[in-house]
Amino acid sequence: MKQFFTFVRKEFYHVLRDRKTLLVLFGLPIVQILIFGFALTNEVKNARVMVLDEAHDGASQELIAEVDASRYFEVDRNIRSAGEIEKTFKEGAVKIAIVIPQGFQGALLHENQGNIQVIADATDPNTATTLTNYLTGIVMDYQDRVNQGAQLPYRIVPEMRMLYNPQLKGVHNFVPGVMALVLMLVCVMMTAISIVREKESGTMEVLLVSPFKPILVILSKAMPYLILSLVNVTTIILLSIFVLDLPVNGSVVLLFAESTLFIITCLAIGLLISVRAKTQQTAMLISMMGMMLPTILFSGFMFPIENMPKVLQYISNIVPSKWFYIIVKSIMIKGLGFQSIWKESCILFGIALFMTVVSLKNFKIRLA
Amino acid sequence: MKTIIYLLQKEFRQIFRDKSIMAIILVVPVMQLIILPLAANYEVRNINLSIVDHDHSSYSRQLISKITASGYFRLRDYSNSYQEAFKSIESDRSDLILEIPYGFEKTLVSESEDKLFIAVNAINGAKANLGGAYLNNIIRQYNMDVRLQWITPPRINPMPIVTVSSSNWFNPYLNYRLFMVPGILAFLVTMVGGYLCALNIVREKEIGTIEQINVTPIKKHHFILGKLIPFWIIGLVVFTLGMLVSYLVYGIVPAGSLLLLYGFIAVYLLAVLGFGLLISTFCETQQQAMFIAFFFVMIFILMGGLFTSIDSMPGWGKAIASLNPVSYMIDVMRMVVLKGSGFADISGHLLKVVCFAVVLNGWAILNYRKTS
Repeated sequence: MKQFFTFVRKEFYHVLRDRKTLLVLFGLPIVQILIFGFALTNEVKNARVMVLDEAHDGASQELIAEVDASRYFEVDRNIRSAGEIEKTFKEGAVKIAIVIPQGFQGALLHENQGNIQVIADATDPNTATTLTNYLTGIVMDYQDRVNQGAQLPYRIVPEMRMLYNPQLKGVHNFVPGVMALVLMLVCVMMTAISIVREKESGTMEVLLVSPFKPILVILSKAMPYLILSLVNVTTIILLSIFVLDLPVNGSVVLLFAESTLFIITCLAIGLLISVRAKTQQTAMLISMMGMMLPTILFSGFMFPIENMPKVLQYISNIVPSKWFYIIVKSIMIKGLGFQSIWKESCILFGIALFMTVVSLKNFKIRLA
Repeated sequence: MKTIIYLLQKEFRQIFRDKSIMAIILVVPVMQLIILPLAANYEVRNINLSIVDHDHSSYSRQLISKITASGYFRLRDYSNSYQEAFKSIESDRSDLILEIPYGFEKTLVSESEDKLFIAVNAINGAKANLGGAYLNNIIRQYNMDVRLQWITPPRINPMPIVTVSSSNWFNPYLNYRLFMVPGILAFLVTMVGGYLCALNIVREKEIGTIEQINVTPIKKHHFILGKLIPFWIIGLVVFTLGMLVSYLVYGIVPAGSLLLLYGFIAVYLLAVLGFGLLISTFCETQQQAMFIAFFFVMIFILMGGLFTSIDSMPGWGKAIASLNPVSYMIDVMRMVVLKGSGFADISGHLLKVVCFAVVLNGWAILNYRKTS
């Protein structure tokens, strides 16, 4: 046992010595949480809109003022001809145009019918749809005001409630994803690369011929990363509570237990990669392509799984981070207990067991 | 000049010899370009719907069939109570609950107004927002149908009504792939160029071969150029490959000038490679270089407007984005490929990227020491 701790200490020295990597490992979750929490939103605020006002009457002025006053839009420029719309879109800064035809006020007041055209730069389809929806909403409000609150008969009033995340923030989706990503990075990549490095530099040989059991060599290699990962999980949870105002609604103990299970899965995968790879570059390549990319792609936090082709959806089932993501989301945000996530936990446990067995089976005490 | 040619010969031999590098150059970009756009589909469709119909009237049935016929919603289950439907939300089987109150049809007709209750799972804010908006639209249309059943419309509207007609330019079918593919291509070129370049010099440091170069009379700028040019060529090859794949698989033909694109990417690659060089001068081991490159590339990509638009970022986010070469590249790709923007439209971007190239490479050369 004492031997084991000495080895763990050696591994810790290895990890703690490399300040730059350490900085990245601890900095990455913090930076990601900040970016995801504050910079990445789909919220529309002060989008620039250009106006082609061919009417120049009281009603059109009023409508434009209303658009400008809303918090979604600001009128960027008035243009004089339809040709300018395309030119401005090509410059790229303005993404939507509103066209008010001649005689707008007259038509609205005498024929009770005014027509307005909204043209969106649809290179980004979702932004275009959202902007068009908001702009239509503002025009509808204007129409209600013209009607002075007179209500149409037979009205269906939908009452909408946003569950879990009433302000529609992006963080709820991202925090569990960042957790999966960072753990994957620390456990799989770091473990794989550091074992391969010992192989490359030849020190692995020294370790294996020592009277210390080979299996314990591997275990002691995994220890620092297990602890580093738990520190990272704690940082992420603390940040999300105190910086993002996103409390853990479920049990914290359960969250840590599930994280540990996921960490063990990742360590096993890292070990497996290190057994296979001969050079650090290969190890990096395999862990990047084999693990990081699937994690980003298939865990469901950046890309919606339900929109993918069926084949990719099936593939996503064998990616451990997908299950971990579901578990964390259920515990942290929905506040569910173990009875609702036992299925996912079992799958994750199965993958962990399988990976551990396979990688230990593959582990050879002879290098050549 | 002769020195550089020899150095280039050496670099290319090393690159072609290494199978893993060849895989990064040829296979990985093609694979990613095929898989990523399939995955990065943020169209909001297939929203799973749970319905709690307390009314069971012809109106409620009409409304439900109208919703399911729209193509945006997929009917998951009928529940008897809100609590039951909420279980479906908790287990992620459905995203949205529509509750139709008891006596909906009767109240609507007799009291001229009734409510519907909608609850949306908003963990994914963007999806919830659009899904809710779609449902509201359908309900509004259904509302008009109902109104028409009871009132014959007069020839002239009884009160002023404004009709908004909307059109979508450059991408009329709102095809998400058209939007993603050029952006992803920009990201791939960045990844390949940046990583390879960063890892390359560090590898020489780790193996010790850099000492052999340091003791030769090769000048600093010779050495740096010898490292830059091969990866610059590789970057252009990857880009060409990517353009071919996006044409063959997605049928994307740039609306603007191809020459302009190549001109921009040539300058942009210099900036990216300069960044890779800079990292490599700061690091001693490949592990370090790898993680530091990963750290920055991650930030560049996230803040580059690939997934969410830069316009909706807060002030400090926009400031970071303006210091991010990748965001200019992604923007230019989309402008030229989709909208056919010309030289005048992107000249501002080009100027900034030139600045990045000069500063990053200059810094890298200053920072590279022949003696340790």
